Amino acid sequence: MSIASAFFYIFATLMLVSALMVIVARNPVHSVLFLILAFVNASGLFVLLGAEFLAMILVVVYVGAVAVLFLFVVMMLDVDFAALKQGFMDNVPIGLVTGAVVAAELVIVAAGWTDASVTPMRNHPIEAMSNTEALGLVLYTKHFYLFQTAGLVLLTAMIGAIVLTLRHKPGVKRQSIEAQNARTREQAVELKKAPSRAGV
Amino acid sequence: MEAGLSHYLAVAAVLFTIGIAGIVLNRKNIIVILMSVELILLSVNINLVAFSTHLGDLTGQVFSLFILTVAAAEAAIGLAILVAYFRNRGSIAVDDVNMMKG
Repeated sequence: MSIASAFFYIFATLMLVSALMVIVARNPVHSVLFLILAFVNASGLFVLLGAEFLAMILVVVYVGAVAVLFLFVVMMLDVDFAALKQGFMDNVPIGLVTGAVVAAELVIVAAGWTDASVTPMRNHPIEAMSNTEALGLVLYTKHFYLFQTAGLVLLTAMIGAIVLTLRHKPGVKRQSIEAQNARTREQAVELKKAPSRAGV
Repeated sequence: MEAGLSHYLAVAAVLFTIGIAGIVLNRKNIIVILMSVELILLSVNINLVAFSTHLGDLTGQVFSLFILTVAAAEAAIGLAILVAYFRNRGSIAVDDVNMMKG
């Protein structure tokens, strides 16, 4: 067994175990931390597959932003998580049945799959350059409109999240641009004629 | 055993199943449901990247990048809705979301 395969088994096992812990952990904070572990291991799998850029993005975007966002929300909301966990044992049978059905469907699909139907089509010379460079060459040319659309999706999400969570508290002094622009010279400046050597 | 395409697909399939089971198991806790959705999207990403490497075609990785974008947007919006809901009702139990029930 080569070193790459050994690392594959390590990453895959750790990822699946931590994914399992995400859904069975009692404390949601532990769930989020296990989610982070799963993402880190998935990025290891991506490195093994030769997708270094995506592995980096996974660590930067998911571990650095999304998982921390989850952690933030879990810790910010004062929720009685024990009450939320109460029906867990009742759901175990139906959860196992659903998981078994999905797994059976995937097995059926996998059984009907033959390797011969997939022929490698070397469209892009991946080996000639680094993964990031190759990805950039197709992302900014062939998939340019999709790239722009992804930016629009992120913009919409950002505006939506701000609109949903922004709260104006009373008693906070805020800038009023209308009031600033409506000020005239007469309201703002008062001229005093000070006599010489007497002061105001 | 050398790790090939089928190994990655198997791992992704197991991860997908764990995600689906997580949604059903934690029906009351919407935060864990959102995390399960993230797991499902991650398994899809592993599939796409595995096929991309196998076929020598970068389009799979580009698609995976877009899935990451949409997943990040989805997580942000979902958590924002969660925070807004918690402010209004003081609870995030899925069972309490019944205002529009006839």
